[in-house]
Amino acid sequence: MLVKMRNPKREIEMAGDRTVNHLLDALDLVRESHLVICNGTLVPGDARLAEDDVIEIRPVISGGC
Amino acid sequence: MVAAASKCRSCREPAVIDLPRHNANFCAEHLQQLCRRQMQKAIEDYDMFSPDDRILVAVSGGKDSLAVWDMLIEAGYEADGFYVGLGIGDYSDESTRYVTAFAEERGLRLLTVDLRDEYGYDIPTAARATKRVPCSACGMSKRHLFDKAAVDGGYDVVVTGHNLDDEAAVLLGNVLHWDIEYLARQLPVLPAANGFPKKAKPLVRLTERETAAWCLLRGIDYLVEECPIAAGNRHLHHKGVLNSIEQESPSTKSAFYLNFIDNMAPLLADQTAAASGDLGRCVRCGAPTTGETCAFCRLVDKASTHEPVPVELVLGKRGRR
Repeated sequence: MLVKMRNPKREIEMAGDRTVNHLLDALDLVRESHLVICNGTLVPGDARLAEDDVIEIRPVISGGC
Repeated sequence: MVAAASKCRSCREPAVIDLPRHNANFCAEHLQQLCRRQMQKAIEDYDMFSPDDRILVAVSGGKDSLAVWDMLIEAGYEADGFYVGLGIGDYSDESTRYVTAFAEERGLRLLTVDLRDEYGYDIPTAARATKRVPCSACGMSKRHLFDKAAVDGGYDVVVTGHNLDDEAAVLLGNVLHWDIEYLARQLPVLPAANGFPKKAKPLVRLTERETAAWCLLRGIDYLVEECPIAAGNRHLHHKGVLNSIEQESPSTKSAFYLNFIDNMAPLLADQTAAASGDLGRCVRCGAPTTGETCAFCRLVDKASTHEPVPVELVLGKRGRR
């Protein structure tokens, strides 16, 4: 699956089906700091992602003081 | 993608988000309902404002300020936006585009001030001119201009998009230094006093993940990229630490902040009173100040006479990539 990430912007390919939570774990990302969007739709942690899905992992932490 | 097994707590339809702090999952409709209820509870519990009040929303183009503006308008409040052009290179150009598009698409009134055009400086230049961290000059400039716009425009209250994560991170920073004066003032609403307008933070019961989800589900385009100058700052580090704790112990973050407001802030109330003695007026602009000239006018003096500094020279640690 194609995984799009931000800060900095980059794209990576991940092989195999997996859940959203497993994807975040594999990338060492904290769930509380991210939303996961699959093919344009917001998905929860137990959603199973397929090989041909396009995933956006969107960070939600902003630095305004 | 295979549909998630998790179901919405309210309607049992497939969920779009899991919120461990509520030990629940929500569909799009009921996540929005939760956001509306949490904002309304904050407004009522902390006596922030009423439907008759004129509200000025400080907007940046990020998710929180656009979410709170959207939620207030949807709830029937009279709310105009106020945007400050900070001159932080492409980041500010993009911010301007998001804010302007949001207001135009919804037919909302947006007031704007550009630091370079109206005061002769920008944030990178102010940071160099004052030899202080850019976030300091940025925060001080915005606070002054929000206050001025609210007073000049006759608004009853200034609303900001500060959320639970923002407040918890600031609280952590203040606790780590046991800064009593800052702790005493870290309230979800500050009354009008000494020439300052009333200020309120209606999103203090919502996390950043929830406000971002609100924007996504409502089709609000916002600037996802973080400020290149703020990247890697201490505030972001505190947020990361709190989210690591939250991952292991859900709802710790809300307990940390909301229990501070309920249990600790009342004990510090006399510190707030002691710190808010009578203030004079700036001889230049008339703003409340302890000295003859306010900090903003002193900043303008230094920064507007300094040679313009490109943003690349003041980037934060993570912004230098």
